[in-house]
Amino acid sequence: MPERKRPKLAVWKFSSCDGCQLTMLDCEDELLALTEEVRISYFLEATRKVEKGPYDVSLVEGSITTPHDIKAIREVRKQSKVLITIGACATAGGIQALRNFKNVKEFIRCVYAHPEYIDTLTTSTAISDHVPVDFELRGCPVNKYQMLEVLNAALNGRKPNIPRHSQCMECKETGTVCRMVATGTACLGPVTQAGCGTLCPGKDRGCYGCFGPMEAPNTAALAARLGQLGQSGRGIRRLFHTYNANSDAFRKEGDNHG
Amino acid sequence: MAQPNSKSTTPYLLDMDGLAALISALRRQGRQIVGPRLADDAVIYDDIETAADLPAGWGSEQAGGHYRLKRRDDNAVFGYGLAPQGWKRQLYPPRQKLFAARRQAGGFTVEPPPPPAPPLALIGVRACELAAIARQAKVFGDRAFADPGYQTRLSSAFIVAVQCAEAQATCFCASMGTGPEVTAGFDIKLTEVFVQKHHGFVAEAGSAQGAKLLKALKAPAAGPAEIKAAGVAVKNAARQNKHLDAEAARNLVAHPDHPRWDKVAERCLSCGNCTMVCPTCFCTTVEDVTDLKGDNAERWRKWDSCFTMDFSYIHGGAVRTETRSRYRQWITHKLSTWVDQFGEQGCVGCGRCVTWCPVGIDITEEAAAITGQERI
Repeated sequence: MPERKRPKLAVWKFSSCDGCQLTMLDCEDELLALTEEVRISYFLEATRKVEKGPYDVSLVEGSITTPHDIKAIREVRKQSKVLITIGACATAGGIQALRNFKNVKEFIRCVYAHPEYIDTLTTSTAISDHVPVDFELRGCPVNKYQMLEVLNAALNGRKPNIPRHSQCMECKETGTVCRMVATGTACLGPVTQAGCGTLCPGKDRGCYGCFGPMEAPNTAALAARLGQLGQSGRGIRRLFHTYNANSDAFRKEGDNHG
Repeated sequence: MAQPNSKSTTPYLLDMDGLAALISALRRQGRQIVGPRLADDAVIYDDIETAADLPAGWGSEQAGGHYRLKRRDDNAVFGYGLAPQGWKRQLYPPRQKLFAARRQAGGFTVEPPPPPAPPLALIGVRACELAAIARQAKVFGDRAFADPGYQTRLSSAFIVAVQCAEAQATCFCASMGTGPEVTAGFDIKLTEVFVQKHHGFVAEAGSAQGAKLLKALKAPAAGPAEIKAAGVAVKNAARQNKHLDAEAARNLVAHPDHPRWDKVAERCLSCGNCTMVCPTCFCTTVEDVTDLKGDNAERWRKWDSCFTMDFSYIHGGAVRTETRSRYRQWITHKLSTWVDQFGEQGCVGCGRCVTWCPVGIDITEEAAAITGQERI
């Protein structure tokens, strides 16, 4: 019997820490099942064996930070039937988008002995700022169950079950006592998209907003409350300007403080 | 669970050992015991092993968007106010598997449902919470389409109710006519009393199985001093600073364009916390999941909220895209159109939506402002 034709999967990396790709490898139990359903054609983090495109599904990690990146992502788009971006870098520019708020030339001068070797853009931006994207999966890093769900949905041609509502809903679903109400801890949960698995609130920490803005974030109302809870303007700006600093809602709210 | 309107019998007096014996007896019946327990800077309702797990000496301070545990002057075990989430978690779990199916030779087979969970014993159910349970029971069953899961969990549960001895700043059960006195829907009713520094519980049966269990504990009868103290406790709990004019709030539906909706939308995070902690909110969504091969599928029912965009998503987009319309939908249903549907209010006055709203939006204030009432 000839080998069943499996869809070709490619996993690409741009400016990122590789954590989201590692989440893919961290699928462990599900990884073998996945390789039965797809043909891993390009995934340098996992294997040096590379197959030419086009690819049925491309997962893209990382943000666009260099002129070379811009050319490369256009090529990836051309080679991909479905392009899914994974993680805060690819969907919002990542922590490295903090450069967007400062003078990059100064950073380069301070950090590198030979600044002339550095060829970089002044901004770090999301993949969707450069090419059309079919689905954006949030998180820093992404949640492995959500990643499998998105792949599953892409393979079966259906809409993925990825809620856009607040982290608070997930906290309540898991029975986690609200950190902000019960302890006065600063928390971005009410304006952040659910999906992490309640990692921080479940460990007595406020939400850091790794999954980016929820569907209808009222950041101004939350910021006002954070102020009442004793956060300084600078503190509020720093809360909003982390992994998803370059997402519209968080960028604007952070800019209003400090 | 007890039948409504069951007559209470002669009150007994339990001490802490008696309460411990009651919990042990319920455990011996093979029940899963759920009661108040200290965890994560709050008193939550969770699995407990023995009476030693109860939060002796712990109270709470609650206000809009504010909850703090605090030490009490006494060692009361039921002096903590209300837990962050009610008994909805146990009776109507946030995630329920409806069924699973497996692909097999040309078709598929539906897997048999899992064996039922052990029956529950709920320890420390307040009057407002009993009212909430009764309202959900109505939603899930008194019309043509009963929810067998909910009805089974409720009818097999043993309910130990506790009458409040004091009100939180967020409580308004007296306005809604749901408390603080426990009148129906319990197997055993307790009122925690301190008489001459003696810590005890006036215990009354509300069902045949409650009466049988109390009798078996061989506890003494409560004396006049304890019975009087129990009455004083409930009177004390009825003194509440928060009020809601339920009759006036019925009229919310007549004010769809009130400017207050915009004001509240400026503060509202549309995070959904109010609906999640509300003991009567019952909305769910259904999610189908499959494995990668598509050989195994499951259908899950999950708590949903009218504050999400997906909730009102129909062909072409969400119907309620603005926060003002989502808040209006929630409060109007709760206080106004619920009455049209079920003949009673959807709000029991527990105040959870006030305490656990991260920005402290107060349903009583909003209802009063929109229906033009003077604040009491």
